[in-house]
Amino acid sequence: MYALRRWSVRHARGLNAFYRGLEALLVAANPVWRAIGYQRVDRPMAVVERVFKGALFDCKMCGQCVLSSTGMSCPMNCPKQLRNGPCGGVRDNGHCEVKPEMRCVWVEAYIGAQKIPGGAQSLASVQHAVDRRLQGRSSWLRVVQEKTALPP
Amino acid sequence: MKFDDEPVPGYPLPILPGHTSPGRLERVLRAGQFAVTTELAPPDSADPQEVYDRAKTFDGCVDAINATDGSGANCHMGSLAVCALLTRVGYAPVMQISCRDRNRIAIQGDILGGAAMGVCNVLCLSGDGVQAGDHPQAKPVFDLDAVTLLATARTLRDEHRFLSGRKISFAPRVFLGAAANPFAAPVEFRAQRVAKKVAAGAQFIQTQYCYDVPLLREFMRRIEDLGLLDKVFILVGVGPLRAASTAEWMRKNVPGLHIPDAVIKRLAGAGANAAQEGRTLCVELIQELRGIRGVSGVHIMAYRQEQSVREIVERSGVLGDRKPWYPGRDNPTPETFVTRVAP
Repeated sequence: MYALRRWSVRHARGLNAFYRGLEALLVAANPVWRAIGYQRVDRPMAVVERVFKGALFDCKMCGQCVLSSTGMSCPMNCPKQLRNGPCGGVRDNGHCEVKPEMRCVWVEAYIGAQKIPGGAQSLASVQHAVDRRLQGRSSWLRVVQEKTALPP
Repeated sequence: MKFDDEPVPGYPLPILPGHTSPGRLERVLRAGQFAVTTELAPPDSADPQEVYDRAKTFDGCVDAINATDGSGANCHMGSLAVCALLTRVGYAPVMQISCRDRNRIAIQGDILGGAAMGVCNVLCLSGDGVQAGDHPQAKPVFDLDAVTLLATARTLRDEHRFLSGRKISFAPRVFLGAAANPFAAPVEFRAQRVAKKVAAGAQFIQTQYCYDVPLLREFMRRIEDLGLLDKVFILVGVGPLRAASTAEWMRKNVPGLHIPDAVIKRLAGAGANAAQEGRTLCVELIQELRGIRGVSGVHIMAYRQEQSVREIVERSGVLGDRKPWYPGRDNPTPETFVTRVAP
């Protein structure tokens, strides 16, 4: 929901802190996920993500969440799905070129980033090309798998 | 300035040490010259002669010609084809690639194909949304964005592989560019966005139309503070305005375009001579931009006023006694043939 999405950006600090805690919890629970099997737990976890992130961020379930690097403004709501910053078409009032009634997600991201540790620097890392196969899958579990993977 | 190893049209120049492409644009910029580039509006036609006629307008006054890729989301001859035509006779095109119409498979293929046909410069763009053009019913692709497109092109060039990891035997030797709009919200973030593009591989930047020099100076200061001045060449976009009403219309209808009231007032004050005043304004802008630290050149966008580019460049005097190469400027000798560039 648009209004809630904008609320989330204004409360980026709290949401970011909450996610950090949640992530630590999910990582700690890695043995549980492994016991059940990541394949099996992926779908229910994706449902949870769809409900929560859908409500708070209008999440599009790309499966590779970067909210912490985009000031808690979901870049997949950008009509061009730009994950590395705003295009040159942002209107003077900070609204989107394609959807004039919507605030540019990157103008919002810039506001949200000021509230997150690291400030505008949190937007600096270059995001890789999206892996479209991950669409609809759980992003949280992917992070857990990455964090708990043994170094090669 | 004249390169003594100027080749026969269609044959690449040798790559100089420290250069990534055999192109003239990179040579001019690295030689510390003030570069001038412009834009060729691809024809709504399958006639190659229309491309050559348009390119000829710029003979001797520009270092490179951008071939736009469905600019404004309007359908025209494709940029790869325009570039292929231009390189046949020796022009130095900048192949624009937008992420709107093609996915990573098509784009990587086009970069290889363009380089194979002598394209030395690639400009990586996100692209306008389809709603802006003449086919709003079309499906927008946006598989990549401008930054991941740059990273992709650099992977092809420097790592000799596709994004998939599959090897390519002869890498495209291209000079990579990106766009920037210093005047759109959030302005404080725009320099940082350039930093991201540089981190992803951008070697030159062409900006949106500049009519507000103080705002540009601020942007350049931020660029300098980020330590980017020795990492990227910045060409500032300029263009002649035809009339106050045109400027008003553009300001209202072209998203991201910023024209201060003073400019419009000046054009309105010129009355019937507004077009002439627009060109004079453009000349003055170029001369002022030249004095700004870190500005390496200008990119002149004169849509439907292409014939005015020569006058603007000549009056600005920024080329000095330099005459950029064009077909027929001088006749190369057979010794200057270069058949293949070492990988």
